[in-house]
Amino acid sequence: MNSQSRTRRAVLLGVMLAGTMGTLSDFGLHYAYAQATKATKAQPGPSAARNPAQTDGEYLARAGDCVACHTARGGEPFAGGLEMKTPFGTLYTPNITPDPETGIGKWSPDDFWRALHEGRSRDGSLLYPAFPYPSYTKITRADADAIYGYIWSLKPVRRRNTPHDMQFPYNQRNLLMGWRALYFEPGVFAPRADETPEWNRGAYLVQGLGHCDACHTSRNMLGATVKDKQLAGGLIPLQDWYAPSLTSNREAGLGQWQISDVVALLRTGISNRGVVFGPMAQVVHDSLQYLTESDTQAMAVYLKSFAQSGTPDDPAQIRPTEGQSTASFETGAKIYDTHCKSCHGVGGLGVPPMYPPLANNQAISMEFSVNPIRMVLFGGFPPATRDNPRPFGMPPFGPSLSDQAVADVVTYIRQSWGNRGKAINAAEVAKYRTVPVD
Amino acid sequence: MLQPGCFLALIAAPIVLGATAVRAADSGIEFSDTLEQRLLACAACHGNQGEGIRRNEYYPRIAGKPAEYLYRQLASFRDGRRTYPLMVYFVRYSSDEYLREVATYYSKLQPPFPTPIPPSATKDVLAHGEALVRKGDPVKGIPACAACHGMALTGMLPGIPGLVGLDPNYLSAQIGAWQRGVRHADEPDCMAKIAAKLNGPDTSAITAYLATQPGAPSTGPVLDTKQKLPTACGSQPR
Repeated sequence: MNSQSRTRRAVLLGVMLAGTMGTLSDFGLHYAYAQATKATKAQPGPSAARNPAQTDGEYLARAGDCVACHTARGGEPFAGGLEMKTPFGTLYTPNITPDPETGIGKWSPDDFWRALHEGRSRDGSLLYPAFPYPSYTKITRADADAIYGYIWSLKPVRRRNTPHDMQFPYNQRNLLMGWRALYFEPGVFAPRADETPEWNRGAYLVQGLGHCDACHTSRNMLGATVKDKQLAGGLIPLQDWYAPSLTSNREAGLGQWQISDVVALLRTGISNRGVVFGPMAQVVHDSLQYLTESDTQAMAVYLKSFAQSGTPDDPAQIRPTEGQSTASFETGAKIYDTHCKSCHGVGGLGVPPMYPPLANNQAISMEFSVNPIRMVLFGGFPPATRDNPRPFGMPPFGPSLSDQAVADVVTYIRQSWGNRGKAINAAEVAKYRTVPVD
Repeated sequence: MLQPGCFLALIAAPIVLGATAVRAADSGIEFSDTLEQRLLACAACHGNQGEGIRRNEYYPRIAGKPAEYLYRQLASFRDGRRTYPLMVYFVRYSSDEYLREVATYYSKLQPPFPTPIPPSATKDVLAHGEALVRKGDPVKGIPACAACHGMALTGMLPGIPGLVGLDPNYLSAQIGAWQRGVRHADEPDCMAKIAAKLNGPDTSAITAYLATQPGAPSTGPVLDTKQKLPTACGSQPR
């Protein structure tokens, strides 16, 4: 057991104690709830839903990206079975098709609402927050009912749920009471009167259905997003991608982006400022490309409203100095000329939006260097979307360049044309050579 | 002699290039709005013409394989029937339409085949390989490779790939992948059944013999001439 894991367990023990002390009320509610649901059985089916607007429901389910987690690779959509590795064990997403035995065919609209709003299953048991109910709790009842109506319209798929494989003590679901007392606050999104309807719509989508903070906010030792660091960037556990800060201009902070660039990125996967790869490629592919332009515009307006303005501060370390090698920078320049220049150009200007500019690109120079290293090692294709159905790919250079050569060229790119990132060494590259790419 | 069509093309070319190509001398960028440009990412490992590249690892020849076969492989990487991580990563968020276009593109390329590797295997091993490839092993129920992959071993349309011009280690790895259940074809998965009947010496002999077989540009996949396959294959529906 490594020290981080030990610390995590120690913290958890504290939460367990806090759970018994501070959440007796939650326990009482939990018990009462379990008893109550035994007594009252709301009828499943769309007739019981308050607003079974199926078309809206499909749109909203897309906005919530339900399909991404509730579908196994090559499996039936929404039939679950996707393996989700977490630092606490492995979860297998459940079948949410309306099959009565193996799916949620026995769930009533009230049951569905409680899952989204309170993070409780139909039997009252507490759901693991890998299901992003800390975000979904902000969804309105009308929208939840519409999603329910859509899910009810799906073909029932018979696929029995795979049991989760969580390590002790995380397999004790009642411990989630402590977690919830600390980190979960149920409540539908409350529009702000001092903001425009567009801003409020964007905030509703980003904070609720979009559950952007599930990746773009860092998580603490117990997997909770950190409240005062909302959308300030996070390293995605076990996937080894860094979801950049949407607030800091040193990362993907949108202060210097045009609204139209943000909209293009979300709807097509490419833009004049950057291109999506990794987990964000999935989000665009499965979810964001289907949103209306006005909704993505609203998200952009909201995101830009709290982005910093002005020029970002320089990071502590700018140019290779004593501890770093100037030779690395010079070697990197030569490698760039040979391998990168034909697409990204002499000044790193690229061919936007097909080949993103590397000049003045925050995604390249941000403190967490995993993304640019991964891009050089593995390349990749942006997602095929309705407005960009035939994307341009980037070659993987891992097979042909040494760790040192990758470090040199990434260092060169991070320190040229207005970029001011830290130098990279070969050990950092070696670390990411073996990350899971699929 | 210039054909009328060529003349038109000469007029049209600058207009098309003006709209779609970037080649500013000072930027160093060479860009055209073509499929070839889009697939430079693939060329890094499979070669500009899909001829395959041997580095520390071998990246297989994909040129000239049947479009339907190539499409099914790309879709298999996307949908979890094949597992090579970098390929999965490349096609994970692609569409059927785009994958078909890519498959068709590579199926039409005919770069020269590599010179066959001089055999390092013994005569007996090569003879065993030749027997399995050409005649199979009726006792063990192993059909001849040539019965499905064509007498010239260059594949059969629409869904069966050629076996020539490939690295023997690559071929062994594919048979091994079927045996270990990490490579799947459409059901009925005939290659899974055949691979299960091959032992280590069989596989080595087959791949050693195949490596000695030359390919030629004229020998692409042959048309399905209603040849009866020895076993039912999902990749080659009858």
